[in-house]
This record gives sequence, C-alpha cells and structure tokens, in this order.
Amino acid sequence: MSETAAPAKGKSLKELDRAVVRFAGDSGDGMQLTGEQFTTESAWAGNDIATLPNFPAEIRAPAGTLFGVSSFQLQFGSQRVYTPGDRLDCLVAMNPAALKVHLRDLKPGGLLVVNTAAFDKRNLDKAGYAANPLEESTLAERYRLHKVDMTALTYEAIKDLPLGAKEKDRTKNFFALGLVSWIYTRPLEPTLEWITKKFAKNASIAEANTRVLKAGHAYGETAEIFAEHYTIEPAEMAPGLYRAMTGNRALAWGILAAAQRSKIPVVYGAYPITPASDILHELALHKRFRVRTIQAEDEIAAVTAAIGAAFGGAIGVTGSSGPGIALKGEAIGLAVTAELPLVIFDIQRGGPSTGLPTKTEQADLMQALYGRNSESPVVVLAPATPGDCFYIAYEAVRVATKYMVPVMVLSDGFLANGSEPWLIPDPETLPPIEIGFRTESAGFFPYLRDPATLARPWVRPGTPGLEHRIGGIEKQDVTGNISYDPENHDHMVRTRAEKVRRVAQEIPPTTINGPATGDLLVVGWGGTYGAITAAVERAQTEGRTVASIHLRYMNPLPPDLGQILREYRRVLVPEINSGQLVRVLRAEYLVDAVGFNRMRGLPLASEEILEAINQLVGSPT
Amino acid sequence: MSAGGAEAKEAPKYTKKDFESDQDVRWCPGCGDYAILSAVQKTMPDLGIPKEDIVFISGIGCSSRFPYYMNTYGFHTIHGRAPAVATGLRLARPDLKVFIVTGDGDGLSIGGNHMLHVLRRNVNVTILLFNNRIYGLTKGQYSPTSELGKVTKSTPLGSADRPVNPLAFALGCGATFVARTVDRNIAHMEEMLRRAAHHKGAAFVEILQNCNVYNDLAWNVMYDKEQKLQYELRLEPGKPLLFGPQDDRRAVIMDGVRPKVVKAKDVAASALWVHDETNVNAAKLLADLFAPDFPVPIGVLAAVTGPVYEEIMLDQEQKAISERGPGDIAKLLTSGDTWRIS
Repeated sequence: MSETAAPAKGKSLKELDRAVVRFAGDSGDGMQLTGEQFTTESAWAGNDIATLPNFPAEIRAPAGTLFGVSSFQLQFGSQRVYTPGDRLDCLVAMNPAALKVHLRDLKPGGLLVVNTAAFDKRNLDKAGYAANPLEESTLAERYRLHKVDMTALTYEAIKDLPLGAKEKDRTKNFFALGLVSWIYTRPLEPTLEWITKKFAKNASIAEANTRVLKAGHAYGETAEIFAEHYTIEPAEMAPGLYRAMTGNRALAWGILAAAQRSKIPVVYGAYPITPASDILHELALHKRFRVRTIQAEDEIAAVTAAIGAAFGGAIGVTGSSGPGIALKGEAIGLAVTAELPLVIFDIQRGGPSTGLPTKTEQADLMQALYGRNSESPVVVLAPATPGDCFYIAYEAVRVATKYMVPVMVLSDGFLANGSEPWLIPDPETLPPIEIGFRTESAGFFPYLRDPATLARPWVRPGTPGLEHRIGGIEKQDVTGNISYDPENHDHMVRTRAEKVRRVAQEIPPTTINGPATGDLLVVGWGGTYGAITAAVERAQTEGRTVASIHLRYMNPLPPDLGQILREYRRVLVPEINSGQLVRVLRAEYLVDAVGFNRMRGLPLASEEILEAINQLVGSPT
Repeated sequence: MSAGGAEAKEAPKYTKKDFESDQDVRWCPGCGDYAILSAVQKTMPDLGIPKEDIVFISGIGCSSRFPYYMNTYGFHTIHGRAPAVATGLRLARPDLKVFIVTGDGDGLSIGGNHMLHVLRRNVNVTILLFNNRIYGLTKGQYSPTSELGKVTKSTPLGSADRPVNPLAFALGCGATFVARTVDRNIAHMEEMLRRAAHHKGAAFVEILQNCNVYNDLAWNVMYDKEQKLQYELRLEPGKPLLFGPQDDRRAVIMDGVRPKVVKAKDVAASALWVHDETNVNAAKLLADLFAPDFPVPIGVLAAVTGPVYEEIMLDQEQKAISERGPGDIAKLLTSGDTWRIS
C-alpha cells in the first residue's frame, strides 16, 4: 500500500487522526469522480472512511451557476469514522459558485484551495460576487488560502498532446486530485491504475490524465506555498478483505446473495427514479444469478410485475423512492391480502411530491408503516450504513418468503450513494433461506397457515392438484374462498397484523452502545447511525451516562425495546423528518421521548446531535 | 412447444367439466359473460396443456371475476394491472400458459397504459377484452368505449368524450394478433379463442359482450337477426371482404386509400379486397370499419410473428450463464478493487 510517508523537501509532515475534505465545482468539473478516486486512495492508505456525494438534480445545469454546483465530501481517519464529517478541514473550490455555496462549512483556519482561472468576471457574476473574493484580504485572513491557476498548469503539463482545448480542460480535476493527494499523502497508484483501465482505448486521454495527476502532485511538493502536509495512520479495523460499498450496490448484491442461496429466480421491477435507479442498473448486470429486471412502464407496473413473479414462485422485488412508493400503495395492499412475499426498496429523498430528488430524507417511515388503504401491515426494515444494506436486503427476502408477507426496506439518498470500507462477508455465514413450495395436494387449502409463522403455503403454478385462485377480495381464512362475512373480516385483519408481529421472533437482542441504564437514550434508525454514534461516543467521553440504540426493524419493533426505553431518564430521537419514529415510540410505549429534527436534505451533523444531547442532560461540568 | 410456450408434457384428456371450479358464478342472470365462460371452458381441452400449467389473471370489474370460475391457477388482482402482473409472471415462469381477462374500463381506461406495453412488448399472453361499453360493477357509468353523448348516471346530459376503438388501439400498440368476436356467436367465439391461444406473443381478442342490466343490446347490430345479416363481415384468410344477404351481396374495396362499400356484382374479381392476416396496414383500415356506413368485421384482423419480450430476456440470461457460468456471490463480493487489513 502506501509507502512510508516522509516529509517532502522543505515541508513539514504533520500527523492527523482524521480529516474532512470536500471537492466542489461545476457539474461538469468531474467532482464526483475526483471524490471517488480520492476515496479509493484513502482506502488503500488503510483509513476508515465515510463519504457524502452531493449533486444537483439537473443533468447539465448551466455552467457556473450556484444551483449547478456539485460536490463530494469524505472524512477519513485513523480511528473509526462514523460520518462524512460536519465541518471541513479542506475545501477545494473549482469556481466562484462552488466557493459561494460551500465556504460556510469550512472551519476557520481550514485549507482552501481554489482554481483562480475560473474566477473571471462572467463566473463571478453568475455566483453573485460583486468583486473577486480572492482579492479581498478577509478570505486569506480567515483561512489558509491557496490560489492555484489549475487550468494553466494543466494546459502546460499536456500542451504537446494531440487533444482539443475542451478535452484538455476536462482533465483539470485530476490536477486538483493530485494536489490534494499530496497534501494528505495519499497513494496515487489506485488512480493511475484506474486511468490505465478506463482509457485503455485512448492513449492520449490516458496520458493526459496521468500527467495532470502527477503535475498536481508535484505542484504540492515543489510550490513554495504549501509549507506542510499531512499523514493519517491506517485505522485499526477488523482484519479481513475490504471493499468500498455504496448502499444501492449493497442492496442489489444482497438480492443476488438471496437468489443464489434460495435457488429461485428474482424478478426486479422498477421504473427509473432518483436515487433508486442504480439498483436497477446493478441488477441488470448480473443475469447469471437468474435476476430478471423489468424496466416497467410505470411504478405500478413495476410492483405488480414483481407480485406476478411472486405468484409464479419467484422472488418479486421492486424499488423506488417516495413518490414511486406512493403509486405502489394499492398493489402493496394486494400483496398483503394475497399473502405473497414481496420486497420493496424505498430509497427516501426529500419531499413532498418531487421535492428534492437528489437529497436525502427519512420522511417515508409513516408511509411505509401506514401509507396504504385500510389496514395493510408490512414488515419494515432500515439499514444503518451503506454496507448494512447488503444484510438488510438479504434479510428482507428471508423474512418475506418465510412469512409470506411484503417487506419494505427504508434506505435513503445518503446511504444509497455514500460509501464505506466494507468488510466482505463469507456468504456461507448468512442465515439460510429455506423455501418449501407446497406440492402435497392432500389437505391443501390456499390459506391454511403454518402455526408458528401464520404463513400460508406458497404454491408454484404448474403443481398438479393444487390449482387455486387468490385475489384482492377478502377471503375466508383457510379455504381462501371469497367471503364478506363480518366475523371473518375481523379475524383476517387481526391475522394479517399478527403475522407481521410474529416477525419479532426473528429480531436479535438490541445492541446498546453505552450503559444499560442512565440519563439519556438516543434512539435512531436508518442513515443517521454514524452521526448519532459519533455524537453519543463524544458525550460518553465527556462523562455523561448516555447510550444509543439503532433500530433496523421498524415494524415489528424489537421485543426488548419497551424495556430498554424505561431504563433511561430521557429518550432522544434524532431524525431527518419532523418526528416520525418519535411518534411511534410515544404511541407504542407511552414514553416521553423527544425528537431532534432537521429537514435540510442533508445528513444530520454529529455536532448538532451532541448539542441536543447536552440540552437534555446538561453540558458536562 | 405448444400454445403459449408451455412445456411439451402430455396433457390428460379433459372435458369442459374439468375446467369448471367449485365456486358459484355470480354474474347477473342474462349476462354475456356466461357464454364467454362456457366457451373458454369448452375450448380449454383443445389446447393440449395440463390444466395446472394454465393461469388466468384479471384486474377489476365484472369480467375480472372470471378466474374464480376456472379450475386452473388464477389471480384476481387490482384495477387495470393484470397485464403487468402477467408480464412479471411470464418472466418468472415462461413455462406457463397465461390468459388475461379484462374489460373496456379495466383494460382501456385505468389499465390502458399497461395494455399498451404488454402489446408492444409482445409478451406471450392471451388477452380477452370483454367490451360492453359500460361500467357494470360500479353500476352504470359510461366507459372509454361508450359512444359520444352516452347518457348515464355520471353523464346525465351525455358523455363528452369520444370512444376508443379497441382494435385500432391494439394495432397501434404493435399487437401481433388482433381479433374480434361476439358473445352470442358461440362457434365463432370458440374458433377465435383457439386461434388466440395458439398465437405466440400477445394475442388480443375483443369480445363484444352484452351487459343486459346497464347497457342492454349495445351490440344489437350483431344480435338482431336482420341487422346481423346486413352488417356482419366475416374475415377469413384468402377470402374477399364480402357481406350482406345473398340477394344483396356487397363488398368492401379500396378506393384509392379509402375503404368503400360497393355492390359485389359491380366489382371485378381482381378488384376485390382479399383478406390477408399478415397485412397489418390492411388490418388498421379494417379496425375502423363499423355500422352503419360499413360492415362490422369479426374474425382475425391481424396475425403476424414478432419478437417476444420474455424470450429475449431469458435468452440473454441463458447466454450469460452459458458463457460465464452461473453467478457466484462469493466471487462477486471479492471482485474489483479490494484491500486486506491484517
């Protein structure tokens, strides 16, 4: 991996335990790629990492505008990194708009690297700067400002290559990458390898990117302006083989693992929607797992195709974001009453309506729990980290097929696109998915139930002697015949609910991060795991008796949850919504839980959660 | 490979009775659906498919109760979505013979989008659309096939929207098999059901069906003996478009690019329009013919071959497996960029 870091000549090398870096520029500046490569380099360096890509909903937003700014943030450290970081240690701004949008997140005294070439009159106007901020003294006084003409330096490095001005200009993000890689002593090898692979068919482009990357690196090393650079020791992580994992890919691979283990095909129905489309793209690559993807004509067709597949004895899966889940509601109710297994991914984004397609939110919990007509309970699971999405997707298939019930998975935009170093599991250690299609005709009824799970038998059409009809009309228990009988309906409503409740027997004891009793319990779910854990661990080191738990089963809730809640004086529930889980907890357990709620389309910051903790239990004395 | 791609396994000798379920049929007495149910049950033994390999999928509406009465596998789903359910089922289980039963409201209004896509994808399903030009189950509102000006509970002064023509719609969607039949013409209906069930790809059959409660005799032109004699045009491959009583035989011919009705005796044999099921352009013209200016065509308008969605999808899967072997999650997890921490 990385060679032993020695300070460059005339520079001092400082050891840090963590750093937060954000690359920001125009949508066309390649900031996502730059961030991803920097992440890979940091993974090679052995650091723990959390990332936060942030990009506009517009595909080609007008250049230079504030709303066209795209950014990629990551935190990397020698200790456990739970979040992409709250405040920035280093901001790279490729144009005035990026500076304007992101400067407020840079710590005072933080490293500010700007591409001066982009600070012309036109771009300054577009960003709303009356005067060039780089020429004002305040910026240099508050931050360690480094003005670099990256465009000119890039051109200089590749002036002899047979490329057009546009192609040359497009490589300048690698100058920034090279420079920041030097600042944080990242190994360039993974990026050089990436260039070789990616541009194997275009030698000039490969050469240009290689040269520009190295030029950026060399510039840091030799330019007089950088007096110091940094090193961050590898983190102490569990031994094993790691890879970078995003939430969407992990969901897709969890389904693949389930397909292989269960030995039955998967039909994934989806309609393109941000931020869920990448699951469809990923699954479409893996036909060898007998995963059949349908790009359906709409959200309803996507879910009903999955239901049709489940009726046929395959694993039916559909995925979308909040608006699409709303459209699927009636069909999910069909799966509830037909008692067919179905897995539904909801990659939550800001709402209502179209809302903030590329930004994160946790506001679909109520929709997942209650967002259908009448009483149509489903199992709801929520992954805590990008890598956890793998296990949750697998668990969703396992539970759906065991209980013959729809399972909704609540991921979000932050988990979907964010990545973390992920310890690759041995798939053999995953719990088995045992699917026993009924073939015995003697004593068969479509709604004859397993006494332990209340699941009805799953029958593959094509099985002789078991021909039967099911549907959305209320049916008599056991026989499955249409029934309008009042008592039967009451019984069936309770039975469907009880079936979901019994999934609680699958839930392991809740892990408590901290003391088993105390002043405060912080309860979280979904993508806020990192921010909450970081805040609670800070509070603990500051001497407070604070603990946290993170729910992965949202419905049913863990059987030990009621008892745990009573062991603390106060309960705090941070969420990226206006208070949904907190309502559920108050209603279910009569506990005086309070919420901490921010709806900005961004992950919660651990600093603000820590403040909320302090407000409830008092700052340490 | 027989009808619908079901596996070639020996089917027992069935009778109509084998396809009758134990459920009481709950349509209104006198409903046209009874005749259709009977015709379907009667033609099932001819398909040569084991009944456990047959699935009926429906949406919502009077017609959509159909699966409950068939002693096969069946799924009564939600309004308009049967084509999408069937598409997922076919992709999961290409060995099954899948029928979709729908109506003018279910298939052309709330489910119009899915109908479009199941036809354009040419999913291997047999679609029976019962067209009674009215919403029956919700007690008598006008439907997307009701005539302009239709007076119903929801349109007391007459409907303001023009009807859609199911055959023209299906052809416009790229359907590879399009036919029309009539609930009171049992022999013809059975013939059309057999033809449709044997078609490879999406087969669309419009069945003119009578709702005797909310829209009685909407298709009287096909029921009334005298009118039927005047207007029924039987489409038969290789036969000219001739109709009407023997003493007043008429022909549909092409006048430039317009269909025109003329006296048969005035037309030279060479000028007759001879029906060709493989000519989809001609079928599009036929789809628009209707009384009183034209005859009412019944029969197979178009039957052509086309690529079948699930076949292509499953071929891709088979190819991927045969070239690179079945998927291996352990290998996938460790593929690409990884690093070891010891």
